[in-house]
Amino acid sequence: MYTQGLNQGPDAADRRIEDAALLQRFQERIDAEERIEPNDWMPEAYRRTLVRQISQHAHSEIIGMQPEGNWITRAPSLRRKAALLAKVQDECGHGLYLYAAAETLGVAREEMVEQLLAGKAKYSSIFNYPTLTWADIGAIGWLVDGAAIMNQIPLCRCSYGPYARAMIRVCKEESFHQRQGYEIMLTLCRGNGAQKEMAQDALNRWWWPCLMMFGPPDAASQHTDTSTRWKIKRFTNDELRQKFIDATVPQAHFLGLTVPDPDLRFDEATGHWAHGAIDWEEFRQVVAGNGPCNAQRMERRRRTEEDGAWVRDAARAFAEKEKSRHRAAA
Amino acid sequence: MTEPAASEPKVPLWEVFIRARNGLAHKHVGSLHAADATLALQAARDLYTRRGEGLSIWVVPSAAITASDPAEKGMMFEPTASKVYRHPTFYEIPDEVGHM
Repeated sequence: MYTQGLNQGPDAADRRIEDAALLQRFQERIDAEERIEPNDWMPEAYRRTLVRQISQHAHSEIIGMQPEGNWITRAPSLRRKAALLAKVQDECGHGLYLYAAAETLGVAREEMVEQLLAGKAKYSSIFNYPTLTWADIGAIGWLVDGAAIMNQIPLCRCSYGPYARAMIRVCKEESFHQRQGYEIMLTLCRGNGAQKEMAQDALNRWWWPCLMMFGPPDAASQHTDTSTRWKIKRFTNDELRQKFIDATVPQAHFLGLTVPDPDLRFDEATGHWAHGAIDWEEFRQVVAGNGPCNAQRMERRRRTEEDGAWVRDAARAFAEKEKSRHRAAA
Repeated sequence: MTEPAASEPKVPLWEVFIRARNGLAHKHVGSLHAADATLALQAARDLYTRRGEGLSIWVVPSAAITASDPAEKGMMFEPTASKVYRHPTFYEIPDEVGHM
């Protein structure tokens, strides 16, 4: 739909003056809360930033199917199994909405997938942690999807139209994910001692990696400034992390669980929960590919791509055959 | 735009339109990739109607759509702004006449 090649620039000699004027007009549109659409003029850096962010977001949804998919066959009841299947299917759908949004910027889905498979593209660090028990499925829904929602709600007002629209759809679907996760945790916490212990263990393992999902602290983040000016980002990493902590700590207390942070305390003066130091070295290691499951996730993704090749070949061959039959009949 | 290094040929892009309920027009909801129309329709069902979003789906090859150029939106749409006499409020009718 979003035909490319409409944005042919003026002659090189005029380009710099023209660009400055265009850039100013672009920023005015952003400041006026106008949405930018695929064929509108945009600075190359804006396009690059969005392609990077949206494709990483898409990859995260796709890789994110693995840790939860791990428990589909072992879900404790048919009710839980049906919900988990629906949730994993949603994650796939979210990945596809996002790839489509990125494609409006002139990058082919095949190209993005290629980058992921070649190990050149990143995805969220959180999906490189293992799901060891059923309680992890509860913790992921409650915490990981909770963190994702915190991050995605402001993205519904992102300056780039197709991304914002994809986010609105994703957020609508995501709220069931968080609720089903919390319900799993609640059931375990109201169960026997071993079940409650399992829930506590899951919280212990997922809490800190979830806080890392929001990215490096503001002082160290390299993308925040321009992304904020261009209204791709509406809150800083630290602001979103704080919102998440403030929302989640009381939920943990309701479950009767202990947040694994000895320094966590409610600050009466600010009205926020103050947290202890985050182990950013662990985050760096996971992002660099050295997390517990990085290799496994990539191996699985590559194998799936290879295993599906015959399906794509068959579909393509059939489409060709139908087309030639159609031509012969005409 | 760079060409993908993938050896597989690209799968065509389709635009998806859904009628939420009878009485409403089909509305654009997004796009997807599929080898042919039948698969595009099935993928659209899986991707865009998991929660009862619609009663009817159209899929259209993206390449079949001709779009206006946003850079020319001034030339395309601006003249209508000066034609205020196309709106009912342009005409003055005394209050005594009542609602018209």
